[in-house]
Formats: sequence, C-alpha cells, structure tokens
Amino acid sequence: MAISQDAHTVKQFDIQLANFRNLVLEMGGLVEDQIKHAVQALDDEDITASREVISRDQIINGLHVKADEDCVSLIALRQPLGSDLRLIMSLSKIVTDLERIGDEAEKIARMTVKTYDAASSPPSAKLLRDVAPMARLASKMLHGCLDALARLDVEKAVEVAQGDDELDQEFQSALRRLITYMMEDPRNIGHAINVIFIIKALERIGDHSKNIAEYIIYLVKGKDVRHVGMDTLVQDALAQ
Amino acid sequence: MSTTAIATDLGLKPAATAATASRSVSSVEVTDYDNRQTVGKIVVDNAKMICRGVNVYYGEKQAIKNVSLDIGANEVIAFIGPSGCGKSTFLRCLNRMNDTITTCRVTGQIKLDDDDVYDKSIDVVQLRARVGMVFQKPNPFPKSIYENVAYGPRIHGMVNTKAELDDLVRDSLERAGLIKEVEKRLNEPGTSLSGGQQQRLCIARAIAVHPEVILMDEPCSALDPIATAKIEELIDELRENYTIVIVTHSMQQAARVSQRTAYFHLGDLIEIGETDQIFTNPKHKLTEDYITGRFG
Repeated sequence: MAISQDAHTVKQFDIQLANFRNLVLEMGGLVEDQIKHAVQALDDEDITASREVISRDQIINGLHVKADEDCVSLIALRQPLGSDLRLIMSLSKIVTDLERIGDEAEKIARMTVKTYDAASSPPSAKLLRDVAPMARLASKMLHGCLDALARLDVEKAVEVAQGDDELDQEFQSALRRLITYMMEDPRNIGHAINVIFIIKALERIGDHSKNIAEYIIYLVKGKDVRHVGMDTLVQDALAQ
Repeated sequence: MSTTAIATDLGLKPAATAATASRSVSSVEVTDYDNRQTVGKIVVDNAKMICRGVNVYYGEKQAIKNVSLDIGANEVIAFIGPSGCGKSTFLRCLNRMNDTITTCRVTGQIKLDDDDVYDKSIDVVQLRARVGMVFQKPNPFPKSIYENVAYGPRIHGMVNTKAELDDLVRDSLERAGLIKEVEKRLNEPGTSLSGGQQQRLCIARAIAVHPEVILMDEPCSALDPIATAKIEELIDELRENYTIVIVTHSMQQAARVSQRTAYFHLGDLIEIGETDQIFTNPKHKLTEDYITGRFG
C-alpha cells in the first residue's frame, strides 16, 4: 500500500506529522548548504569560511536532537500505524544520516583549515583534482534524495541509490592517483593524507545518501531494501 | 463477488464446492485492490474452523457479504473494523449465537474441524461448549464464584464426583489466572469481584467445559489497563491449548495479542494477514485508512 495523502480524522496529528517532515527537510537543506560551503571554502582556500562551516554544524546537531524529540513524542502520543509508522521510523533514521553528512561537511572544513593554516606550502593542484568532481556527485546524490523525500518519489530514490557505485569508483581511482603522487614524491604525503580524508568524507556522503534513499523506498513501499543488492532493490522499489 | 468466484479462486469447482473446501487448498494470494475481494491469504495449513462464502442477513439487510476465512488451530486471530462492519456478527456466526435473533439468516458454510456448524444434526449446546464465548461486559451468573465455573461441567455431565468437580473448578480458575485472588472466597458471589476479575471468571467459566475455540467480543472494553494487561497475558497463555478469535476496537490490543488480523468494512472482509504486516504495511487502502485514523 503506497503512502496515503488523505488527511487524518485528528487534524492535530496531520499538523505534527507535517511539522516533523518539514523539520527533516529543513535539516536536509542546511546539510546541503554545509557541503556546498565546505567544498567552496576548500576551493577558495578560505579558512574563515571553513571555520564558519565548522561552527554551523552545531545548528544541525540541534535539529537532530529536536527531530528525535518529535519522533519520540509522535510515537508516544499518537501510536502511529501503517504508513504513518513507516514515515516516522524512516524520518527518524534519515535524520541520523543527515547529521552524519553534516559531520562529513565539518570534516572537510577541518581539513581545509589544517591544509591552509599550516606554515608549509599549500598542496599542488593535482592532489586536489578529484575533489570537485566527487563533490559534484555527492551533492547530486544528497540533493536527489532530499528531492525524493519531499515528493515521496521512489524512482528518484532508486536513481540516487544507483549513483553510489559511480562515486565509489571515483573514490577508488582518486585513491590510486594519490598513492602514485605519494610514491613519486614523499613531500606530498602530508597533504595527500588530508586529501584522502576529504575524498573519504565525500564518499561517505554518498553512502549516507544511499541509506536515505533506501529509507524512502521503505517508507513508500513498505519493503526493506537495505543489504539486498542493487538488483533486488530496484525490483522491490519499482514493483507495483 | 460471487460464491462462484471465490470457489474458482480456491481452485474448486463452482456450485456445491464451498461444501468441499478442504484443508489441502493452500496459498490463495489475492491482490486485487479495486473490488471488494479479500486481500491476503485466507487459507491456513492447520485450520480449526473453515468459513466459506458466509453471508448473514438481518431481515433484508445484508450484514456479512460472502466472507471466506480460515481460523488456524492455536492461533489468536483478531477481527478489527469500524462499528457496524460486521465483525461481531461474523464472530457470533462461529458458534451460532445469531440463532437467537429471529430475523437473522446465515448462508454459506462454517466448519469446525470436519463438522458443519450449521448442519441440522448439530446440537447447538454441544457446539457452544466446543466454541465458547466471552462477552464485552463481564456477565457472571448471580451465583457463587465456585458455581459460576462448576455450572457448565455439571450440565454437560463432564464430572462424576464432587472431588472431580472441585479439581476442574480449581484448574479452570488457575488457567484463567484467578485462583490466587479467589481461592479463599469461592463461595462469595461472582458479582462481588472487580470488573477485571469478573471477566477472568467468565473466561474460567468458558474454559471449564474444555472448549476448542474461544470467541471474545471486546473482552477488555470495560476494563482498566491493568486488568486489560492481565487478560492479554492470559490470552497469550491460553493460545497453547485453545484457538482464540477476538473482536476488538483497540488496534493496539489486536497488535499485542494476535498473530493474524482480519479487517472488516461494511460487511466485507477487506484484508487478512499477519498482524505485523497489517499494522506496518497493509495492502488495501481501506485497511490503511482505518489503522492510520484517516476515516472521515
């Protein structure tokens, strides 16, 4: 049974559910901005902007706590069932992944500070060449799953989940290139390690986005598609 | 949907077929959302009661429309649905409680093991000993606690001596989880007990005649949460020896006590499934709307 869009007899329940969903979407929007700013600050070698990203993570943490409170209160007071229960459980898991994505953005910002605040010379451009394309892919995945959540769009969620492979492959090839640079010149090692942390953070954002996409599929279709392999995921998600 | 259609779905020949619906029929998976065809698997492997094409009419009005459903041995099955959906009517068909209503007419077939419940040769009193009932409001006889439980076994001639009867009464009260509270006051009136105790006394009375199936019609709706919890715990224990069919308005209660849940709506059996599935991922929109509180 797909999720019902009809109103509840108890209007207050609809209001609370809508508030909870909006809170999660708001948190998603902030997290998206955090990634954008963290990656931009890295590109601009802007330490001040990076520090702002780091401090803004507190706002996201606050929303995470607020979302958990809302979730507990909805369960305690409304005893949700059916699609309401799936919505609440999925949202509560989605906020955990969003909070972690926020942490990854913070990590990127910290690495930027570490890289450009040091007395040593800045890293050469070639070390950072994989960051921008990976950031584009990760942001696209996150944007896609927030979009899918806002519209309860299973096809979009499937698309996001499928996108994770490409990001993983990008990460692997980036890693190989960085290893080559480190072997070529050991003076690259310090910076390369920082870059590895950055691309690892981007790769993790992809994983969290995929998790969110899976929760959306569960929420709409009632099928748990975690740990089932991509073929089954697509099949279950798109089954009528 | 016609009886023929159901019979065909069950892989049986139409006409006279409902009568031969056997336990060998398995896994009927119906997933038609639009018409009022039951969604879910109506057949179980170890059926205690088999209902096929059951219709109930109160005069001209049809209260149950072509309901087919198996009730498995040693399962707790819950019937849920809005008021007037026919769940109590259907429950009362199972031990012919509807016989007492003159305008009520039942067609189709209901079998208890291999016996046709509505066969002319069936002794209704015996049937109700096999399929006992617990009602919404506790209704102990205006007799002592002891006599409330002893009455059934005595009229059914189940015991020969006073000692045997004593044992049976004690055993029934024990299984109903009431013995500790009443063993020193067996001669006091049943009505002197609290509501929750009275309801457990009624359960003790029902199980004293060794029924095979116990029907419960909103057994906790007049009880407080503590007494309700005791009854629910009792239902779970009784499941070992009995098959239990419970009608409840509390979805949380259905979720807590039953293994399968059936959703009725305006006389139709809309959906039947594992309780877990019904409450997390119902397949029919009417079920979904009911359990999520979306009925306007």
